[in-house]
Amino acid sequence: MNALTTFLLRRRGGQSWHWTDMLAYLWLAIGLVLMFGPVLWLTVSSFKTPATLAEFPPTLLPLDTQVATVPGYDKPLPLYRVTMEDGSQRVLAQVRRVGIMAQMVDPQSPQAIVRVPIDKRVPVREISLATSNYSEPLRQFDFLRYFQNSVFVTVMATLITLVVNSMAAFALSKYEFKGRAAVLGIILATLMVPLSVIVVPLYLVVNQLNLFDTLWGVILPTVATPTGVFLLRQYMLTIPDELIDAARMDKASEWQIYWRIVLPLAAPALAVLAIFSVMWRWNDFLWPLIVLSRKEQYTLQVGLNAFSGELNVQWHYVLSMTVLSILPVALIFLFLQRYITAGIANTGLK
Amino acid sequence: MALVTEERGQASSLSSLLALPFHWFMAALNAPMSFVQRRFGIGGMGVVFLAPNMLIFGVFVLIPVAINVAYSLTGGTAIFMDGRHFVGLDQYRSLLNCENYAIPSTCQEDAFWQSVHNTAFFVVVQVTVLVLAALGTALVLNREMRSRGFWRSVFFFPVLLSPVVVGLIWKWILQRDGLLNAILLDFGFERTLWLAERHWAMFWAIFVSVWAHLGFYTLILLAGLQAIPRDLYEAAMMDGTGRLRTFWRITLPLLWPNLLVVVILALIRAVQIFDEAFVLTGGGPGTSTMFITQYIYETGFAHVLRNLGLASAASILMGIVLVALTALQLAVSNRRAKKEGA
Repeated sequence: MNALTTFLLRRRGGQSWHWTDMLAYLWLAIGLVLMFGPVLWLTVSSFKTPATLAEFPPTLLPLDTQVATVPGYDKPLPLYRVTMEDGSQRVLAQVRRVGIMAQMVDPQSPQAIVRVPIDKRVPVREISLATSNYSEPLRQFDFLRYFQNSVFVTVMATLITLVVNSMAAFALSKYEFKGRAAVLGIILATLMVPLSVIVVPLYLVVNQLNLFDTLWGVILPTVATPTGVFLLRQYMLTIPDELIDAARMDKASEWQIYWRIVLPLAAPALAVLAIFSVMWRWNDFLWPLIVLSRKEQYTLQVGLNAFSGELNVQWHYVLSMTVLSILPVALIFLFLQRYITAGIANTGLK
Repeated sequence: MALVTEERGQASSLSSLLALPFHWFMAALNAPMSFVQRRFGIGGMGVVFLAPNMLIFGVFVLIPVAINVAYSLTGGTAIFMDGRHFVGLDQYRSLLNCENYAIPSTCQEDAFWQSVHNTAFFVVVQVTVLVLAALGTALVLNREMRSRGFWRSVFFFPVLLSPVVVGLIWKWILQRDGLLNAILLDFGFERTLWLAERHWAMFWAIFVSVWAHLGFYTLILLAGLQAIPRDLYEAAMMDGTGRLRTFWRITLPLLWPNLLVVVILALIRAVQIFDEAFVLTGGGPGTSTMFITQYIYETGFAHVLRNLGLASAASILMGIVLVALTALQLAVSNRRAKKEGA
């Protein structure tokens, strides 16, 4: 026994296994199941028909009961694999169920009705993807609208954030003026104070500006992020002043210096801020929930929440729309993973 | 900031693709900005560049902070100031009026104290579990292994999911006929209504928020681990130091500053917990998973009787805690920066 385990656990290089190795692999295995499992389950479930979703215990794959149209019956009848008394197996269609007996017909010869005890039959099932979960809500409900609203909010907020924050960061890193230290102090002080602390008065301000229940009311309060200004300023401090002086000698205007010299040089920091801004705005929930009251104005997150909070939750639609709302984020992650991880590791932003 | 210098080329090609309309927009702004520059001179341009951000910041952050204080000192249900009457510190008094702070039901605002208790419990347990799990994951991911990038993504990707999505995914798994109950029944356990029993609801609120944020803190700690010089470990190996001892004597002391930052960041986030828990449990059953942010939201917005004064007072109390934590964080990272500079 001991020799066997030694053989199984032999590794290259002749190093023996330490208990921390076991622990590490165990941790990775648990992590894989716990982290991927739920999202995988969500995706698989989103392709199940409402009938399959209602089953308990749930099937692992999106199976659907096969049906057949039998002459003489209006509706398609569900197919079952039946074990007959003589032990042979036949595929029959069920007409109705009476107590513990089922009345069934052979789809090929629909005249004769066969009575079968219900425990002698199993439904014929095949994997089928209920794509109507995806197409129906897009047609019936306002999900496309929510999607558009979210895209609009995310794109506009990110563009304004980038321009306005980079201008401020440029001013704070490359100019001397009165009150600069005070402005920096205020920005640092509010660096981490979240929207949730000022939602109540913000509601009044947005109301006064006639922005209540508009997408701009969602966008504007979020764009002057102190975090963004701070991040960009720290980066712009590393751009040498000589470059700017040289441009001034060449009669470049300050605006030209800003967007032709400083902005391109700050591209890595701008990219990090852009990615984070997209993620923040796409995932925002509390503030849109407060500002938006008409359904047509809902963003995806508010719409999803409202839809899943309804009395009679239509899970087959909720699941598919949740998967759709993850897609843009998943794409960003696939393509920009290195920036995101490097950005977080270097700045501690989220 | 050592921000991805080797990725500079890639970043500019990415931005040049997106930048064409941006380019025109900026070029069009050159004429008016040159006019402004002639007016204010080069030195005055600093204020000009700062103005748009400070304008938005002032209107949507600074003014609200001021109004927040004003709200918390006035009573009534009116949104506008002229409909509200001055009550002094009454809102704070009614929030803090308690016979016994340990028992929420003896307080005048029992819902507020219930949420404070829930939040305190949540913060202590969630931050502890989160930081330990993140440390463990970072240590595992820092080992020599194949496809480390893949494993890092496995733990990281939930960070990108929206809180609503996170809440919905787990609500789906934890419901009465959900996956978890199916698996447990298979193993002979009984069916549990996970989100309808108060202790389980709190357990899942904590579990789900750890699940969602683990990758973020792991990443910060992993960066800290990778900054520890390799030769220290080689020297320890030469001396035949055991792995546990190496961890206590080398890894932990050198990782300590990062760990401190992670703890404070996690604290700041945990105090404000709202979205995932709200979608998952809605604060229930009863008020057993209602946290402070939800109390503010419900008191100020969701109730028929909007009590903006009470909500503001509660948010200011929460703000004080957060500002203190933020100051602590800045102090810690400043000290770290100084140490690194020295």
